[in-house]
Amino acid sequence: METASPIPVVEAKTPLSPWRLFWQRLRRRRVAMMGGGILVVLYSVALFAGFIAPYHYEHLDTKYSFHPPLWPQLKGFHLVAPRYEESTNEVFNYRVVPDDTKPVHFFVHGDRYKLFGLFPASIHLFGTGDDRYPVYLLGADQFGRDVFSRMLYGSQISLSIGIAGILISFVLGMIVGGISGYFGGFTDTAIMRMCELIMSIPGLYLIISLRNTFPPGLSSAQVYAMIIVILSFISWASMARVIRGMTLSLREQQFVLAARAAGATPLRVIARHILPNTFSYVIVAATLSVPYYILGEVVLSFLGVGIQEPSASWGNMLTAAQNTEYLRHYPWLLAPGAAIFVTVLAFNFLGDGLRDAADTKSL
Amino acid sequence: MIPLLLGVSLLTFFLMHLAPGDYFTAMSQNPQISPETVAHYRAQYHSDKAWYIQWFFWLKSIVVHGDFGYSMAYKIPATALIIGRLWNTFLLSFFALIIAWGIAVPLGIWAAVRRDSWVDRGCSLVAFVGLSVPDVLLSLLALWFAASTGWFPVGGAQSPTAFLMSPMQQFLDRGYHLILPAIVLAASDLAGIMRQMRSNLLDTLRAEYITAARARGLGEGWVIYKHALRNAINPLLTIFGYSLAALLSGAFIVENIMAWPGLGRLTMEAFFAKDSYLVVDCVVMATALLIIGNFIADLLLAWSDPRIRLK
Repeated sequence: METASPIPVVEAKTPLSPWRLFWQRLRRRRVAMMGGGILVVLYSVALFAGFIAPYHYEHLDTKYSFHPPLWPQLKGFHLVAPRYEESTNEVFNYRVVPDDTKPVHFFVHGDRYKLFGLFPASIHLFGTGDDRYPVYLLGADQFGRDVFSRMLYGSQISLSIGIAGILISFVLGMIVGGISGYFGGFTDTAIMRMCELIMSIPGLYLIISLRNTFPPGLSSAQVYAMIIVILSFISWASMARVIRGMTLSLREQQFVLAARAAGATPLRVIARHILPNTFSYVIVAATLSVPYYILGEVVLSFLGVGIQEPSASWGNMLTAAQNTEYLRHYPWLLAPGAAIFVTVLAFNFLGDGLRDAADTKSL
Repeated sequence: MIPLLLGVSLLTFFLMHLAPGDYFTAMSQNPQISPETVAHYRAQYHSDKAWYIQWFFWLKSIVVHGDFGYSMAYKIPATALIIGRLWNTFLLSFFALIIAWGIAVPLGIWAAVRRDSWVDRGCSLVAFVGLSVPDVLLSLLALWFAASTGWFPVGGAQSPTAFLMSPMQQFLDRGYHLILPAIVLAASDLAGIMRQMRSNLLDTLRAEYITAARARGLGEGWVIYKHALRNAINPLLTIFGYSLAALLSGAFIVENIMAWPGLGRLTMEAFFAKDSYLVVDCVVMATALLIIGNFIADLLLAWSDPRIRLK
């Protein structure tokens, strides 16, 4: 005899908010979470760069030009740094001096720096506290500056430029796109022609002509602001176009009609009713375009028209690697390139996961 | 197309006007050149007039004489300079395009057909990594490779002794210099195209007419290459236009790092020399290259898809 199939018991749950559902879907994507994790680490390191870096970015010691990468070794229960010596007959060719080491300490006094750019401090995470025993984890550049330390300081610039650029260009793109799509007519045509004009010039050519409009010899802070302005100026256009398209369909929806019937002003309808509906797209697009800003800074600084020496940025550090002689003998100069790669990869991982999680149609 | 180019040139003239100083500013600081001479030069190149008037003169000389102005830094007509560089950039982009599409499309098809096999997974992984390697790093790695193995030249478009060679040798020499930059440029484009090809073909393979074709007993090869592929290629042609823009920006970087004398390198040189007309010419030329490329992409699309007809 057939047994009656048991009736499944459905527990009553309170429905989850869209953001929680989104988070749940995102949590299941391991690669995306990994990307997010890497980014958290990178940004925290950038925040504490002064403390983690054993040296200040301007700290130079021409006695140690092109010093090879050096990792502290375990000797008994202590970490020790071996000493390298330039061989007498060849410049920039270093050899380990046998049995000449110095213990590596944690929380040592060293170069002065400002934590978060505010609090003066001189405690570093690690170091020997003796300039004759440098700890160059990733070697030194042509001026004997620590590549690792400069990379950490450079990450402050490279990583923050992405976020700042995204904020400016996306807010601008959303406002302009929303206005363009909502009002239509002449406003729409004029704005869209302008977007097409900007988008029709190949990116880097436009960047260079924009760079041309700024005087040479700007301070580091000014150059930093300039790069953000230039990159934002270029990329708001594509954002505005997409938002305009979404607004065109959203403005026909009933909730917009309801809002207008209730007497909301056009700007309120755009800001409070239409744009929030584009957020899921905007967040995904923003994550996926952060690398674009980071690379923009890298290219500008690399070509010598961005962040200037002695300030460190991933781009201007790579400039030294353009010299093929340096590159051949001192490949550690490429280390900032690896940092760029890891950052871009992490953003792509996270962005891909966000896109899948925001796509409610897929399971 | 023409209005767009006019707009672009007007915009670049405006940006040039915003720029502090010009080529003559440096000249006027030279005590050996009298102010009258500088003023004379300024008048000769219309540099003493408002930017939109300069633009008008610039446009007039192009339309009437086909003359793109005079390069003050190189002391030769800009037209001669640009045509050579434009040709180099075209050569580089064209070969990169052929390499990228020639590898990406078959690889994408392969990955889609053998979905979830190790081939597919390997390709996906490489594509993901490839998408994240910046052009700057890739060019530097190529430079490193060339410098440490000595198999490829470390820059330039021809050997210093090229003028001694026979035409055939010159041709081969140029090809030899072209290989590495073209591969670098192609590699940065390859991953995106491959991923697109794979997902397009997978989408098409899910369509009902594919099931119908299989139900009729057609061979798998026939189904894929005759029915699925033709429809999967179409969306790819639309991204062709986008990939061109990326290609030109990529070429800018590759040219500057690997010393390929193209438009991007010329732009940087003109920029540093404050040779304003040359900068404008370069930007306009690069835009024209992009617009023409997009136009060709549209033509290809219309040719491959009979449902689309150009108005």
